[in-house]
Amino acid sequence: MLASILASGLAAGAIYALVGVTYNTMFSTSRVMSFTAGQLAMLGGVFGSMFTLKLGLPAIAGFVLTLLGCALIGIITEFIAVRPVLKSLDQHLYVLSTLAVALMIQQVAAIKWGTEPQPFPRLIGWGSGVTDEKFWLPVLACALTILGLEYLYRRTLVGRAFLAIAEDNFAARALGLPERNLRIASYALAGVIGGVAGFSGGELLLAFFANGALLNFYGFVPVALGGLGNNRGAIIGGLALGLFQQAANFMVGGIFSSVAVFTLFIVVLLTAPQGLFGASTARRV
Amino acid sequence: MTAVATVPPRDDTGAFRAALPHLAPFLAVLAAALILPLVGNDYWALIGTRMAIYWVLVSGLNLVVGFAGHLAIGYVALLTLGAYTTSVLVAGNVMPPLPVFAALPVAACVGALFGVIVGLPALRLRTFYFAMSTLGFATIVTQIALAWQSVTGGGIGIAGPEFPAPFNTAWGFYFLCIAIAAFTTWLSANVARSRYGRALIALRDAEVAAEATGISKPKMLIAIFLLAGACAAVAGGLFASLQTYITPDAFTFDLSILFFIAILIGGRGSILGPMLGTIILTILPEIAAPLAAWSTFLYAVLLLVIVLVMPGGIAALLDFRNRRPLAANRAIVPRPTALADIMRKSAGERTLALRGIVLSFGNVRAIDGLDLDVAPGQIHGLIGPNGSGKTTTLNVISGYYAAKAGTMTLGDNALPPGLPVLRAARGIARTFQTPRVIGEASVLENVMIGGSIEGRASFIEAMLALPRNRYDERVLAAKARALLGVVGLEALADVRADRLQHSELRFIEIARALMLDPDFLLLDEPAAGLSNDEIERLAELIKAISARGVGVLLVEHHADLIFDICHYVTVLNLGRTLAAGTPADIRVHKEVVSAYLGG
Repeated sequence: MLASILASGLAAGAIYALVGVTYNTMFSTSRVMSFTAGQLAMLGGVFGSMFTLKLGLPAIAGFVLTLLGCALIGIITEFIAVRPVLKSLDQHLYVLSTLAVALMIQQVAAIKWGTEPQPFPRLIGWGSGVTDEKFWLPVLACALTILGLEYLYRRTLVGRAFLAIAEDNFAARALGLPERNLRIASYALAGVIGGVAGFSGGELLLAFFANGALLNFYGFVPVALGGLGNNRGAIIGGLALGLFQQAANFMVGGIFSSVAVFTLFIVVLLTAPQGLFGASTARRV
Repeated sequence: MTAVATVPPRDDTGAFRAALPHLAPFLAVLAAALILPLVGNDYWALIGTRMAIYWVLVSGLNLVVGFAGHLAIGYVALLTLGAYTTSVLVAGNVMPPLPVFAALPVAACVGALFGVIVGLPALRLRTFYFAMSTLGFATIVTQIALAWQSVTGGGIGIAGPEFPAPFNTAWGFYFLCIAIAAFTTWLSANVARSRYGRALIALRDAEVAAEATGISKPKMLIAIFLLAGACAAVAGGLFASLQTYITPDAFTFDLSILFFIAILIGGRGSILGPMLGTIILTILPEIAAPLAAWSTFLYAVLLLVIVLVMPGGIAALLDFRNRRPLAANRAIVPRPTALADIMRKSAGERTLALRGIVLSFGNVRAIDGLDLDVAPGQIHGLIGPNGSGKTTTLNVISGYYAAKAGTMTLGDNALPPGLPVLRAARGIARTFQTPRVIGEASVLENVMIGGSIEGRASFIEAMLALPRNRYDERVLAAKARALLGVVGLEALADVRADRLQHSELRFIEIARALMLDPDFLLLDEPAAGLSNDEIERLAELIKAISARGVGVLLVEHHADLIFDICHYVTVLNLGRTLAAGTPADIRVHKEVVSAYLGG
């Protein structure tokens, strides 16, 4: 049982962590929490199943097309739901505008793709039981994504520009960084990360339109645990959440695992609103 | 503290005539609802009933979303809860069956309780976080309904409650729902128009200022979460009866979206707007049948359009009064002499004393051992270069910062550090460096906020519009109007505050602070952004206020104003007292002249 908890917990946790990183990637350049993060991961599964099963493309081609599709959705989000409300960030209109876009994505997926969960193809065919690829694939994807992001942020000029914008938007613009283009790029990047999460977790979660809302919540919990914009916190929080949820699932049953996750979420938010790894908030008066 | 201002006599016919333009649209909707049975068939009875049920929920939720500004997007959870509680109680799955009219109030209590539980995170969390926590609750309730088969019937479901005659026909049930909807409309309108409704909007748009006037956020929010939860649960019970049979599938998240978007389309801080929003969103999929599958998509598009193009919603479209242009060359002409008739004279026995106050931010000592005395009836000037700790001192006195060391006393009593909400009750009022007014409320309402703690009526009395609440309203409105006359803005009383000029906002803040009949008034750069004429009038006003026995602590950069009107001046530099004395002493103080005044 322990092996099952570990395998499914780490797999689910890796997906939650990647959705958390998707939230953070959008937040870092725009200070916006977007309801589309979970929907991007949902699209990763739906696009993947559509390209590989329905259209019969090879897995690699399906993967690339999925990421492109998700990146495009990310960019569209930036244009219609984020940019227009950035001027009045303090009114928090982004909550409503990104919610609207997320609902549109979900509704189109439900109508065009169907409201039943549909199968996702086996990609490689390695492993069985607790070493089945549906368990290790999300973990591998998560690890590779972290390595990729670390390389991007530490070794490349674009990555450092991202960090500069995230650290101090005004100073970065004063230095002449193309803030708007970097923001668009970060939304495309978030789309890619969400797509990776959905594609790698496709065999576990299936191609199902309702995954979006679910992942929105389960992906936000690690962000809340780890602190806004803190990727390391999101990864640790995501994996911990996955293990906690699956342990509760195996021991007390599915329903109470979601009650347990919800309770954990509320307790953490009420005791440490800035997250376990986050910094405290700014002054009010 | 009692108001000296005379209470205007009760004049019910006049009040009714004044309220008629506000009341007319509601009466029109009610008339339309009563005419519907004459022109419609059973199909319209169904739609009309659904509309009324949705509005029962939305009328409560509107106080949470539209007035308090908390983005509760998962309210379908409370509808589900109410529906199952009523159905289970009537079916008798866990205890002997109850009659439906007994089950509904029980469901309302359960809903109120869970309304508070779901809402509690709002005390600490804002916006996205709170939205997420309500969303999480919504998913959980459905899962529990699915899993708890012995009680809820799981996926198979449970029969909804059946109402006794004459409510067991389509139109009979319709009239019952309309009656309940009218009742919840009345309740929520009463709350919205009372000082509680104003306090909610103040907490939403100017939380810091609301705290300074003594409005307690937890008490306010818990009260409206109770009301909204009860409304939602009653709506749930009616909904279950309308459906005749309920399964968890009946409570889709789309319903939550409908409730939430109806309020935003209607406009924040309005009751009529969300009511029209609910009606429109319920009818929309019916009159465009091919679009029914796309209804959530349509709602989402509407939401996006509203947010991007028309943030004020329907209410802003209907707000004709605030489209009339204001006079461009208006001047603020305060009448300080009128103050004597309005403001209670402060007893003037207590001195506000600070001793050895220390406050640091990280390694920076913002205040470093400050002693300060504000005597009643005196104007105490606090000057110094930027970053010398002037505003920080005000924030320590009004409780936004808790000093690390030192004591504050008010007369013989210690003034506890922190706790800004308790300052108003101790007679300390203040204004802010950047005026913190509620843009969407009228000027009069903004000033009335200042007297929030003087109201006597409880939330229940306000909700039921009992006499004590009506008395409160008359007293507060009369006093606010009189004070607007004192600061010279009575002509603008009914204008939305966000249409005013910066200098006018500063005078509104002073009027709001005076609503308390304060013993001490803290003014944070009241002359910033004012013209020379306005500064002169401000000086007269401040002198008149201190003549009523009020101790004034004045932070200012205009040296002329300070030296003109202050009885005593303290000069700060790097968080310490550089000099203290009468204006004449300070003007010739060597260090002050070289460090600050120049010369």
